[in-house]
Amino acid sequence: MINFTMPDFTQAYPEMFVLAMTCVILILDQFLSDARRSITYYLTQLTVIVAAVLTFNQFGTDTVVTFSGMFVNDSMSVLLKLAMYVVMIGIFLYSRAYLTKRGLLKGEYYALGLFGMMGMMVMISAHNFLTIYLGLELLSLSMYALVAYDRDSMVASESAMKYFVLGAIASGMLLYGMSMLYGANGTLDISAINDSINSGTASKQIQAFGLVFIIVGLAFKLGAVPFHMWLPDIYHGSPTSVTLYIASAPKIAAFAMVMRLLVETMPGLQSDWQTMLIMLAVLSMAIGNVIAIAQTNLKRMLAYSTISHVGFILLGIIAADKAGYSAAMFYTITYAITSLGAFGVIILMSRNGFEADQLDDYKGLNQRNPWYAFVMLILMFSMAGVPPTVGFFAKLWVLEAVINNDMTWLAIVAVFFSVIGAFYYIRMVKLMYFDAPEDEQVLEGSADMRLALSLNGIVVLGLGLFPGSLMALCVAALA
Amino acid sequence: MGFEKIIFYFFAAILVVSALRVITVRNTVHAALFLVLAFFTTAALWLMLEAEFLAMTLVLVYVGAVMVLFLFVVMMLDIDVSVLRAGFTRYLPVGATVAVVVIIEMSYFLLGGFDNSKFTPVKHGVEYSNTRAIGNVLYTDYLFVFEIAAVILLLAIVAAISLTLRKRKDTRYQTPGNQVKVRKSDRIRIVKDMDTES
Repeated sequence: MINFTMPDFTQAYPEMFVLAMTCVILILDQFLSDARRSITYYLTQLTVIVAAVLTFNQFGTDTVVTFSGMFVNDSMSVLLKLAMYVVMIGIFLYSRAYLTKRGLLKGEYYALGLFGMMGMMVMISAHNFLTIYLGLELLSLSMYALVAYDRDSMVASESAMKYFVLGAIASGMLLYGMSMLYGANGTLDISAINDSINSGTASKQIQAFGLVFIIVGLAFKLGAVPFHMWLPDIYHGSPTSVTLYIASAPKIAAFAMVMRLLVETMPGLQSDWQTMLIMLAVLSMAIGNVIAIAQTNLKRMLAYSTISHVGFILLGIIAADKAGYSAAMFYTITYAITSLGAFGVIILMSRNGFEADQLDDYKGLNQRNPWYAFVMLILMFSMAGVPPTVGFFAKLWVLEAVINNDMTWLAIVAVFFSVIGAFYYIRMVKLMYFDAPEDEQVLEGSADMRLALSLNGIVVLGLGLFPGSLMALCVAALA
Repeated sequence: MGFEKIIFYFFAAILVVSALRVITVRNTVHAALFLVLAFFTTAALWLMLEAEFLAMTLVLVYVGAVMVLFLFVVMMLDIDVSVLRAGFTRYLPVGATVAVVVIIEMSYFLLGGFDNSKFTPVKHGVEYSNTRAIGNVLYTDYLFVFEIAAVILLLAIVAAISLTLRKRKDTRYQTPGNQVKVRKSDRIRIVKDMDTES
């Protein structure tokens, strides 16, 4: 009567391990005094590392769809998860110093952080609309809680409220769109919907109707214009350790969600979503880059910069071929690493009671500490797309893919707005190198923080000098 | 078929109106009660789709447990609605314009006919058990998403506790260990010969 095959549990070992460890950390933390809180921290890092090893064991294996079609393990999921683990290690490492200084170091931060990571893993490995939605909710709920984590801060509570309300609306939109596609195709399984769309029997009209809402939901979650309003406020209002989280790893999961929902589910409706994404991408690049110029707060500026980068990532999806997708994947991974570094510098510059989030705080950084000024310079150049940093190649390959698909005008628009965008990145460099410092305080930071941040800068530069291997991995992941 | 449609539109109309009233009534207790009505009519619509188990669960869980708690909380809180509504008229024009545009777009699109003949709900006989059907798949085909949903609930608990639990100096709480260890001499002072003092 029941047609059921036992799921292949080995495929979900990383997820299962992370869940088990999160529960262990949650319980263990209750028995630790504040002085021994670092045990929680090291256990968290250990969890991420072991999960990375477990995921790495799946590297290069064939695509497996298991759990009755709910879960997929393919080369894309393995690569994106590995990239996400690297970013997560950085997030936990950088935020530790920040939280310690402000007396916010509690076990819940790590538990919520790991729950969020699990949500991203579920999203990346989703093979069913239900899985995508639940993974997204798992991620979003932990993000809402993390934004409100600093309970005594009014700004943070307000941001959390905004994030929660807008996030709920976006999830509603996404669900409505999914329900339309379910109504038209009679299934929630990604490959089954793909087959149903290709067979052409399902109502095209309902599908297009559902697609619009799915795109709106995705654009909300990505932060693409005109659904970007929440992003600057949340980046600005959250504690920097949480902004760091929101601004880096979830971008990788959001990219996976776009790939699963649009590219894998609806290649049959490609011409429809392509047009919609073009509008989103052009608007994002335009508004993100232009409004960023007017910002005096670095976190807000980076928020608008994120919006413009989302536009670029969408360009790769718009190109709608293997080269475009792999370029977008390369862009997303490298952007997450660059963004991680930029917020890491903010954390390094911050002290107890002082957030180094104004642009003026960076005046004369070169005289105060030439090395971290140089690291920030690399990160800013990478975001602007100046060679030899990695941002240059990320932009180059996306543009190449767009041009190869006869959308040269789109590439010209993208380059135009990138040039405008270069202004505010280079203004940072000008502040750091050519202005006199107003603040003479010596930068304090633990050894591991300094080492990781230096490494982060070197990686951004190194990937720019030798981008071939990561790009080859991205290409192989989509083969 | 005709009669069923009439019932459907009857419940659907009540659902839409009560959902609207949830966000428009001034009194929060009334809003919560309208939400209860919305849940009941939704359950009725689900019953019409022969999803009896889900319909009953909705009434039992949402109306019976969640909404009662909700009402309780609403009655405990002293919410000044006028403050919440302060910006309403200011944002009304923008909000209304967007809403009208979306409604026009959607109706323009949908008036062309919403052809969904491919998947119509399957009618089952009397002996068909909806509960059994759900039971068969919940821990098998839907194991993975079921577990993730459970994790989301765990996360919600952790998040709620981490956001609200704080030890304040002026909060009075019991320490069971100290209560158990208490001795007679800590609590009772024996006063002898009360009469002789007077």
